[in-house]
Amino acid sequence: MPTSQKKEPVLDTEKLYQVANKLRQLVVDMLLEAGTGHTAGSLGTAEIFTALYFHTLNIDPQNPNMKNRDRFVLSNGHIVPIWYATLSHRGFFPEKELWTLRKINSKLQGHPVLGTVPGIENTSGSLGQGFSQAIGMALAAKMDKQNYRIYCMTGDGELDEGQVWEAAMFAPNKKLNNITWIIDRNNIQSDGNTEDVMPLENLKEKLESFNWFVIEIDGHNIAEIISAFNMAKTITQRPTAIIAHTIPGKGVKFMENDFRWHGIAPNSKEAKTALEELKTLKGKILYD
Amino acid sequence: MLNQKIKLDQDIFSSDVKLKASRDGFGEGVLDAAAINKNIIVLGADLSYSVRLGGFMEKYPERFIHCGIAEQNMMGIAAGLSMSGKIPFVATHAIFTTTRNWDQIRLSVCLQNANVKICGSHAGLSNAPDGANALPLEDIATMRVLPNMVVINTIDSNQTQKAVVEISKHKGPVYLRFSKAETPLITTRETLFKIGKADVFIEGKDVTIISCGPIIYETLLAAKHLKAKYKIEAEVISSPTIKPLDEVTILQSVKKTKCVVTVEEHQINGGLGGAIAELLSDKNPLPLLRIGINDTFLESGKYEELKDKYGLSAHHIEDKVYKFLKNMEKI
Repeated sequence: MPTSQKKEPVLDTEKLYQVANKLRQLVVDMLLEAGTGHTAGSLGTAEIFTALYFHTLNIDPQNPNMKNRDRFVLSNGHIVPIWYATLSHRGFFPEKELWTLRKINSKLQGHPVLGTVPGIENTSGSLGQGFSQAIGMALAAKMDKQNYRIYCMTGDGELDEGQVWEAAMFAPNKKLNNITWIIDRNNIQSDGNTEDVMPLENLKEKLESFNWFVIEIDGHNIAEIISAFNMAKTITQRPTAIIAHTIPGKGVKFMENDFRWHGIAPNSKEAKTALEELKTLKGKILYD
Repeated sequence: MLNQKIKLDQDIFSSDVKLKASRDGFGEGVLDAAAINKNIIVLGADLSYSVRLGGFMEKYPERFIHCGIAEQNMMGIAAGLSMSGKIPFVATHAIFTTTRNWDQIRLSVCLQNANVKICGSHAGLSNAPDGANALPLEDIATMRVLPNMVVINTIDSNQTQKAVVEISKHKGPVYLRFSKAETPLITTRETLFKIGKADVFIEGKDVTIISCGPIIYETLLAAKHLKAKYKIEAEVISSPTIKPLDEVTILQSVKKTKCVVTVEEHQINGGLGGAIAELLSDKNPLPLLRIGINDTFLESGKYEELKDKYGLSAHHIEDKVYKFLKNMEKI
């Protein structure tokens, strides 16, 4: 399979952390400007988005519909601010468009809509649906004997949806080893902690019993994220699920692990504090 | 009596009228379409033989996908397939593929304008013995309200076969609704089918009767009786496409007749009758009688028994149209 010649060189880990930090700052600014939106999950997945778009995915911002590109599908569409921030920072569209999030006549809808923004691969916002779409894409790739990969992120609260388990049963059955499912295991959902609202544990065993190859990682450790993506590529007979343990609101102390930040945006005072904290960290956050 | 231009079967009013289930035409149409376009993929939800996909499964095993009894995931898979240029046909009973997965149809299919063909068999009263749970009488309403969606309810097996090929050429979501029951073959190999086209089957001047689905046969019989008994000349329009409606043909007819009746195997709310009510109130407000299921759930029985008990047999249609015209002092 030919790979894109235009792809930027892969950044070293130190630089990737700086990118993740930059993405967090963009998210805070975007949400402040929008006045509404989902903060916790957007901040909590910055390293995963960084690893995908600045390391792993075979993509070309100048040619977003490149036929053999890897596809990333966001099933938990409410964390789309981090997707927009990532796509813009990677060169898919100008940064100034980020400040139009959730506003009238904007391309940047509150949840992702296919066809609105270059690089957005799917429509989501009713939980559970993006995962099935991603599996459909993986199936099409197999039918067409193409080697590109599909990466799909779901939330963990999203796993309450029955459709997710229909899909989880389907993919191993079709031996779709070309899909990597990333579960943002941040332990919160809108109404509280997942284990209080609708317990998911033992999640790894559940997925293994569905015949997924399961890897558990620290979702803020870029080396671990990349290593998991690489390992998934070596699995031949079944799909891979990566349970990425993350801290919702990561990088901003007063937001971390507080489920109330799931669905709200910071006000200007909160955003100022958040940005100060992120800028002080200079990309070096909590890996020791 | 029949409009000769449409090339309908000339024996439809004879006692030995040929019967065939629309689902059989569906199975044949899928084979026709698949032979033309290799991108056509069929997804089944454990009712694939029931919707007559056995032939396709045998001929194109690599293009058939078992999804199990999981209509929500199936619709999402179809949307994902369509993004890579496939033309997925999702085929199961209408009661399951429009109700269980309406959310997936709305978001994954319609909002993305995905090129997915949703094929619902056993529509209307046709799955009669199975009872209320199994009788989809709300699906025209729930599908036609969705932006980007085309909604078709074919009138017989031949038309269903043709419609499958036509919808495979249309880019965008389509809901194709068809019957399980053995119903009269009204159209022939020569009858044209075009999405969005209604046809005047019988010309008349006193009332316009618009129908979709196999129940149009009862409507045609009613029109014949109305003429024989009361010299009422009903114009019968077949409108298999409920969305988009053939406004030109319908408005032209009602301009002449000044009153309208709709007949369908669907709730009177939101279906063909609802669509016609909307059209008339927008473009030419006129008296309208909607014949269908009167906001109720049904029960088990034979197809003919349900039609009779719930007021959709030819003699019911005849009586209702007669009273409608009488109340308006048109007769």
